[in-house]
Amino acid sequence: MPKVNSPAELEKLRKGILSKRDPDKPCIAVCTGTGCLALGADRVVVALKEEIKKHGLEDKVDIKETGCPGFCERGTVVVIYPEEICYLRVQPEDAGEIISQTILAKKVVDRLLYVDPTTGEKAVRESEIPFYKNQMRLIIGNNIKLDPKSIDDYLVLGGYSALAKALSQMPPEQVLEEVKKSNLRGRGGGGFPAGRKWEECRNAPGEARYVIVNADEGDPGAFMDRALLEGNPHSVLEGLIIGAYAIGSHEGYIYVRQEYPLAIENVTFAIKQAEEYGFLGENILGSGFDFTVKMHRGAGAFVSGESSALMTAIEGRVGEPRPKYIHTAVKGVRDRPSCLNNVETWANVPLIINKGADWFAGIGTEGSKGTKIFSLVGKVNNTGLVEVPMGITLRDVIYRVGGGIPGSKKFKAVQTGGPSGGCIPEEQLDMPVDFDELARAGSMMGSGGMIVMDEDTCMVDVARYFLDFLSDESCGKCVPCREGIRQMLKILTNISKGKGKEGDIELLEELAEVTRDASLCALGRTSANPVMSTIHYFRDEYEAHIKEKRCPAYVCKALISYYIDPEKCQACMICLRQCPVGAIVGDKNQIHVIDQEKCTKCGTCFEVCPPRFSAVRRISGEPVPPPVPEEARMIARESKEK
Amino acid sequence: MKEKKVRTADIGDGKIDQIIDKYQGDASALIQVLLEIQRENRWLPKEALEKVSKKLEVPLNQIQHVATFYKAFSLVPRGRHGVQICLGTACHVRGGPRILDRVEEVLGIQAGQTTMDMEFTLDTVNCLGCCALGPVMVVDGKYHGKITPTEAEAVLRKL
Repeated sequence: MPKVNSPAELEKLRKGILSKRDPDKPCIAVCTGTGCLALGADRVVVALKEEIKKHGLEDKVDIKETGCPGFCERGTVVVIYPEEICYLRVQPEDAGEIISQTILAKKVVDRLLYVDPTTGEKAVRESEIPFYKNQMRLIIGNNIKLDPKSIDDYLVLGGYSALAKALSQMPPEQVLEEVKKSNLRGRGGGGFPAGRKWEECRNAPGEARYVIVNADEGDPGAFMDRALLEGNPHSVLEGLIIGAYAIGSHEGYIYVRQEYPLAIENVTFAIKQAEEYGFLGENILGSGFDFTVKMHRGAGAFVSGESSALMTAIEGRVGEPRPKYIHTAVKGVRDRPSCLNNVETWANVPLIINKGADWFAGIGTEGSKGTKIFSLVGKVNNTGLVEVPMGITLRDVIYRVGGGIPGSKKFKAVQTGGPSGGCIPEEQLDMPVDFDELARAGSMMGSGGMIVMDEDTCMVDVARYFLDFLSDESCGKCVPCREGIRQMLKILTNISKGKGKEGDIELLEELAEVTRDASLCALGRTSANPVMSTIHYFRDEYEAHIKEKRCPAYVCKALISYYIDPEKCQACMICLRQCPVGAIVGDKNQIHVIDQEKCTKCGTCFEVCPPRFSAVRRISGEPVPPPVPEEARMIARESKEK
Repeated sequence: MKEKKVRTADIGDGKIDQIIDKYQGDASALIQVLLEIQRENRWLPKEALEKVSKKLEVPLNQIQHVATFYKAFSLVPRGRHGVQICLGTACHVRGGPRILDRVEEVLGIQAGQTTMDMEFTLDTVNCLGCCALGPVMVVDGKYHGKITPTEAEAVLRKL
């Protein structure tokens, strides 16, 4: 591939690729993101290829292995172009029918379509599915249209045109102004205006400066950065190169956590391709601007996602944060000015350059512009990645896009912002989602995790879970974070074990305040959020645990027992056989009884007891009724007597 | 017990040289070098660290600092099969801990340990980014989504 030396050559190249592509040629796009791969997408691809070969269609049908379109719940996702027919939950066995029916006979395979659970209506196209229809997919929408290993695919969709525009028509100052005017805020958690950070870095003294993509996506329950890097790595690269141009940097890093092997692979490949095409390297598109990028893999430390910690990690040292009296934009990697932004922030940049700051600022709320990708997970029907305009209500995200709570359970809370965020209750669901509103509710935007919890989730357990995570991940450098989190965790663990005392809640609040005010970095400063927000909104649950030794959600093992109702038990042997510790005694025709001494409270019996019997009960806060005496356990079966 | 198991490096000197040369002996590539040795060898033997220290001109104590700070590194030998159970938030609310309980029981080890026969190493991870499929177990790099305790046991028994 000869290098592209000017914007005009780029357009020529783009036209050349387009002219070789027939828009009417059928193309089967299969999501091969990590999610769908876990569901067997690789086998679907193999099966489809075999079917194509069998029918001798190798030249007539394309197969594209794409990134994640977001609807992970229904994987493997397959979209067939040009009709844009969307098939869900595709298995390798379906390949034959897809080729013979849809490709050859131009018929839709009904059973693979999306069915609306409430109306029973089927949706043929992606755009007709409520999950997609209610989104605004500016950043992630291209994922299903391109093969992340093909730079040509990205070029067909207009890729690198923003870079060409910036380099040829806009001086760096103008690019910076445009980003400032768009009011783009950092998508990694803090929400700091990207333009201001760029400006600070640009104006900082020194010759060399760096730009960095932060893809150390450590928040459990968040995976939008992974999906973007895996599915559309060039969009992030393009944003980074534009940013480097505006800031005056000639060297950049992409920091990806090693838990994302596919993202690392695709980004490394994309960098190589961009170098070959001349979008990276010397004299990019003939503009005289030089820029190179290096890949740096994180080695598994949550705190290393913090900007100053990440920068020390890039230097090959232990990734611990430092006080930031001097911003990293002024003194970062090797004490040189360094501008770090999140994956999604960079991916927004080409859009802003192409469509203008005014267009971008037209989306969203007063303080938060553009869209945000959330990973909607937990107890919700449509789990996956959703991209929505800022300002949409939580209720719309959970019910209109997410399709509500499965199994007619009751919604309890939604947790946003990862371990440093908070839990938001039902009363607040009509709140518009933006950086400031979420902070006001005691939570935060964070990187965009949105974990839905239903009535079976215990809020004390959730707070304990996050504190456990944070105490594990605290680097231990500063005392308030190291000790504060540990003490809060101790109290929460006691409460969940039934050892809570009067005054524990107040002590938690006091510790939370100190940890928040005195910690060195954001990990410690926000660590109190899970505790404070659950106490604020769900104080009654804490009190039930402490005063009544009762877990209202039946989660805290020390406070619950399982009990088989002798009136309802039909001695069907199902729970008895499945109990992993053999704690259930009984026989055919003999009412089953749980040996409370042996029971590990794993809940298997409760789950396997047939709903028509529902004989297994959970008990909390009251004593377990004594077992039925052995002589009274025989069941006389009416049907057999007759 | 684990001390006894420490073997000399399986990874050859040549391979370590190769990895270091790839980064042109750049000391700031320390983490990257260690990651690659870890991947090749599944753990970081002392001999390998000494060699890295010499070639990159980084003091051994600094290497120890890095190798003990990050979760990806292991200073003790690891089993032939790596089993990881996700306990990220989404997996947690969907029953990840129950998968862990069962796997610990089946393998007879706790998370973070290796079986005596050096076959399995069990770890927990905080989110692998496939939350829609929780609970998730990864065995030798292969993801098993929406898994039940019984299925998890079946996967391990098949190995």
